[in-house]
This record gives sequence, structure tokens and C-alpha cells, in this order.
Amino acid sequence: MSQDAPNGPLLDPEEGTTRRNFLKAAAVTTAGVGAVAASLAPLRELDATFDKEAWLQKHYHELTPAEMDKVLARLEDEAKAEYGVDVTVRDVKPKAKTKYAYALNLGVCVGCRRCAYACEKENNTSRAPGKQYIRVLEMEQGGIDLETANHQYDPETVPQPGKFYMPVQCHQCDKPPCTKVCPVNATWKEPDGIVVVDYNWCIGCRYCEAACPYWARRFNFEKPVLNPADMNTDTAYLSNRPRPVGVMEKCTFCLHRVREGRYPACLEACPTGARAFGNVYDPKSEIRYILENKRVFVLKEDVGTLPNFFYYFDA
Amino acid sequence: MAAELHDYLTFLARSVRRAFQGSWRYYAWMTFLTLVVLVGLNAYARQVVGGLSVTGMSDQVSWGAYIANFTYLVGIAAAAVMLVIPAYIYKNEAVHQVVLLGELLAVAALVMCLLFVTVDLGRPDRFWHMIPLLGRFNWPISMLAWDVIALNGYLVLNAHVAGYLIYTRWKGEKPNPRWYLPFVFLSIGWAVSIHTVTAFLYVGLGGRPFWNSAIVAPRFLASAFAAGPGLIVITLQLVRRLWGFDVRDEALMLLRRIITVAMLINLFLLGAEVFTEFYTDSRHVAAAHYLFFGLGGAGKLVPWIWLAIAMNLVATVLLMSPKTRTLRWLNLACVLAIVGIWVEKGMGLIVPGFVPSPLGEVVEYAPTLNETLVSMGIWAFGALLYTLMLRVAVPVVLGTMRRAAPPVSPPAGETTP
Repeated sequence: MSQDAPNGPLLDPEEGTTRRNFLKAAAVTTAGVGAVAASLAPLRELDATFDKEAWLQKHYHELTPAEMDKVLARLEDEAKAEYGVDVTVRDVKPKAKTKYAYALNLGVCVGCRRCAYACEKENNTSRAPGKQYIRVLEMEQGGIDLETANHQYDPETVPQPGKFYMPVQCHQCDKPPCTKVCPVNATWKEPDGIVVVDYNWCIGCRYCEAACPYWARRFNFEKPVLNPADMNTDTAYLSNRPRPVGVMEKCTFCLHRVREGRYPACLEACPTGARAFGNVYDPKSEIRYILENKRVFVLKEDVGTLPNFFYYFDA
Repeated sequence: MAAELHDYLTFLARSVRRAFQGSWRYYAWMTFLTLVVLVGLNAYARQVVGGLSVTGMSDQVSWGAYIANFTYLVGIAAAAVMLVIPAYIYKNEAVHQVVLLGELLAVAALVMCLLFVTVDLGRPDRFWHMIPLLGRFNWPISMLAWDVIALNGYLVLNAHVAGYLIYTRWKGEKPNPRWYLPFVFLSIGWAVSIHTVTAFLYVGLGGRPFWNSAIVAPRFLASAFAAGPGLIVITLQLVRRLWGFDVRDEALMLLRRIITVAMLINLFLLGAEVFTEFYTDSRHVAAAHYLFFGLGGAGKLVPWIWLAIAMNLVATVLLMSPKTRTLRWLNLACVLAIVGIWVEKGMGLIVPGFVPSPLGEVVEYAPTLNETLVSMGIWAFGALLYTLMLRVAVPVVLGTMRRAAPPVSPPAGETTP
């Protein structure tokens, strides 16, 4: 073949294909393929089967309503196959003329962490290791100093004398640093102010997790561990549906609840009434009253992210 | 066209053939690298099955050894420009002879960079979401999108220039400046951009005071221009000794001067950073405190950063003394700088950005065995790739591998004329 080519043979003449060379090359190739196959052996334990539909699924914003219906049905099937539970997955859209804000009265928060546990249950977050969206900080009276805050406090009773408690969750910023850094637009701010993640579009680079000044984002380092008997089966695409491994997640103000006129789970669980939530465009709402009449402040105002989560002290 | 294609295929076929030929040392080296690559591949397969939980990373420290190595290797890739500038702008003959090796090092380093980013992804199966037009590429807003362009562009530039020069030389033709010089000059600016954009990944985060400093990009460049040329100094001597490549001491001594100046600037910038942090002594010093002295009983990085600083200091003093005009001492200084900077701008830069967390929590990070094996696999793959490229480039430049078989080695079986 190549021996007759105008520019000379493909290989140097003295290196031409002899039976010996051919056998040598074949042996090397066989050994190489075998070695690579052997090193990839752990992949046999991969229980996920390749689903072309899921792999080729488009970005949330590019799905037509018909395509979305198919995706939702597929996600319900996936949840059924994975956990044996009938989960409904809906696409709950934002309401017009609505912007949500949250206010938390640090004067009455006792640090019981019931908000964090209610959130865990409502949002189907992984239990092992626990992925709570709400972190309650125990602080010394006299200042709001995160560097000396106690994250792991565990006394017999709360509140402890001389301490106050500050729950921190996603602040749904108006200038969110997390959405800015995402290389694939897998996270964005919805018209009602809620910052969401498309779990089927996120590539898991964790840049948003590095960017958040409030440590509000969580990554699924492994497949979420959920107890089927304890799962919330009322779920939404952008919030509490069961998450896949390797993607980011975060607090969504329970958008599947609040967009249908209910309160976030953390607010309902609070025994002291420290939490207030509502639509800031509604002049008669409680949140509007608090923002207008209480001396509210935001955490880390200096980072300029314009949070929609406010704190105040009121006895 | 057909003849050109035939030429090119011939070149590729002979390159593959050449890659499998060599002394027992070459075979031993390549076998060793292949084994490490396979062990790394095996560890990565475990990671694909178990998720990133097989690494030491957590929600508190969400980037670790992978991103640390990535950052360092971007610097190694950018450092090729320290050969390109003297060779093409100052027309230094001695450097011009070896500039190809720098460009090939950039190619290998960039491939390693891309691999390190890929293994860090939670969903590597969704890589296509990043492909412009096909997926949704958040450009120009996301710095990571910029970095994808910068790194891939620089890879293409260097692969083209080096590949074109090797190929034309193999054909025995004179390279046409129109086909490579514009790309060489473009690559000079591009080299600065890749490391600047990589620095901006971290610098642009207002919630991470340890990174949120304008000095990071200049520091990245300074340390890159020390570690990269340091690696090139060692490589050049190896190919000179083992494969008889023509490397003049003059080129090595020019690199020595470059490394010295870069080391001095790097130490100066580090000092400026340390002063700003500790003299101000605001709450933002916590991360630097964690790095240099530990924080609340946690201090895994402390011995490493002091070791790195000691290595950098010794390397700088050595480089400034006339001792390093001899290669033995120069090599020692280079190794110290390569390792010292790897610690300083790798783990020493990435991990303290996360400790304490934005809410003040101190959670430490250490790579797991699996994570270390994956990292070693990628380094071995880079070394393998670089060796393979040199295995072809060196004989082509020396003239012993040509399209027309050189007359000194007649076909086997025939009598020597």
C-alpha cells in the first residue's frame, strides 16, 4: 500500500511492518487495553443506567411546556425507582407583582434549631451527612462577630444566658454573587426574587459555593440519603424534589409553598414567632410593616449583595 | 492535497512508532508513568462511583488539591512565554534553539489543567453544558467561562506553533513565518491572560477576603515565571544529557536570571500581602492567621507554608549567589523553587480561602488517598505526554528523524555504501 506512495512509505523502510513488529505491536495494544479495562473496574458498581433523555435534557428556560411535562413525569419515575415513593414533581411558577422578603427577630429567637429540622424534612435534604440549609449561630452578647460564633452549640436547654442566636440561610440577594459566577447559568434569580438551581443543568463546579458570602449553598458530594417513609412527596422542579449526586442545592424560601400562598416551613416551625415572611409589594403585609417600622439590618452589608433577608432586635 | 495528507499521516505514523522506541531507561520511565496513570484512572473510577465524597472536600472547604494543582499548572503553562520573549523579541539564538520545548511544556501543562478541572466536576457527564452554542455558556459574566476560553485558546496556540514547526522541519522545509509568527506574538499576550484570568477566578469573590486582593494576579505571574522556567531548566538538561539535544549553557544562564528576578518579585509581593494582613489586623486576617499560625487549634497548613517559604528563601539566596552559575547548584535552586511555589500557590492559596468559612466556622481540609492518587495520575499523564512530544520533537530538531530517511541510516539488510 503505502510502499507505492509518491512521497515514500509511511514508516521508515527499516521500520516497516514485519511479522515480528506486527506481533509486538499487537501484544502491546492488547496489554494496554486490558490494563485500562482493569483500572476502570470500579465503574461496574455504578448503579445509574445511562438515560439519553436525561442526559440531553435542555436548560430549564429552554424547555417548552410539553417538554417540561415529560421531564416532570420522568423525574417522578426516577424518584419511584430510587425510593419506592410516589412523589409529585410540579413546575411552580412565580406569581406576578411579587417580591419576597424575610425578616427575623433576633430578640426572640431562642436557638432551638426547629427551623433547621423542619427545613430538612420539607426540602428532602440528605440526612447523612446532614445538609441543613439553615445554620444557627450562637453568639456572645455585645456584637455580631461571626469569627467567634459557635456553630456546634449543644447545651441542655436554650437559650443560654449571655448568648443570642442568629439563624442564617440563603439571603436571596438582589445582587447574588453566586449566579454571576456560574459558568453555565445553572443558577439564577427568579422574577419574585428567589435564587434557584436547575439540578439537571448544574455541572457541580462549586464556584457558586465559593462565591456566597453567607455560606448558603450545599453540594451533594454523594447521593442524598433519604428515608422513604419520611420524604415530602409534594415537590417542585426548582426546589425540594429529590436531588441527584454531584449538584448544588440551596434554600428557595420553599418556593413550592410560598408561590401558592403558604409560609416557608421554617417560619411555621418557629415556636417563638421570630420569623416573618411576605410580599414586599403588598402594603398590608407583615413584612412590609416590619421593614417600615423596625430597625432592620442585613448581614455583611459591606459585601454589597443587597440581601432580602433582614434581621432586627425586638423584645 | 492528497500528498499533503499522506505526508501528515506518515508523520503521525512515524511519531507513534518513535514513541515505542528507546533505551531501557526510556522504557522503564514510560512503564512507570503508565502504571501511575492507570492507578490514577482506577482512583477516578472510584470517584465516579462514590461521588466527590471520596475526596477530603466538604461544604466548608469546597475546593482542594485538584483546584490547587490546576492553579499551579496554569502558571507552568504561562511560563513558556519566558522562552518565547527572549527567542522571538530579543532574538536570542541560544533560547531560540530550545523555545520549542517550552511551548510543548505549555501544551502538557494545559492538558493537565483541563484534566484537573474535569476531575473536580460533580457532573463531568454534563460537560457539554459548557460548550458555547450547544450548552449555555455564561460569558462574559462568569470568570470561569473566561478561563475556559483562555486555557483552550492558549492550548490551541501552543499546539499549533509547536506542531507546525516540528512538522515542517520533519519535512525538511523552511517554516513560513506567516503561519506561525502571528500566533507566537498572540501567545505572548495570551500567556499573561491565562494566569490573570485564573487569578480573577478567586480575586472576584467579595465574600472571601483572603483572595479578594488585587495583588493575587501579579503574585501568580511572578511565581509562575519562577517555577515554570525552573522546570524548563531541569528538562533542558535532561534532554541534553539523555538524547544529545543541543542546549547551550547560555540559555540556562538566561533562565537563571529570569527565575532570580521572578523569585525576588514573588517574595516582595508575598511580603506586601503579609504586611497588609497582619499590620491591619482586622477580622479579615483570620484566613492568613490560619495559614501561617493556625486558628483555634486548627493548623494543618502551618508546617507546609513555612517549609515553602524556607524553600523559596533558600532558592532566592542561591540564585543570587554566584554558586548557581554551576548547574548542580542551579538545579538545587530550581527544585526548591518548583516545590516551594507549588505549596505556596497551590494548597497555600486555595485552602485558606475557605478557612474560616464565611460564617466563621473552622473546618480543615486534607486530601484523601483517593484524591492524591487521582492527582498523581494526572501529573503522570502530563509527564507521559511531555515525554512523548519530546521523543518526537528532539530527533526532528536534531535532524535524525526526517521524511526522507537520513542517508546515514540505510535500510536494514543493505550494505553500507
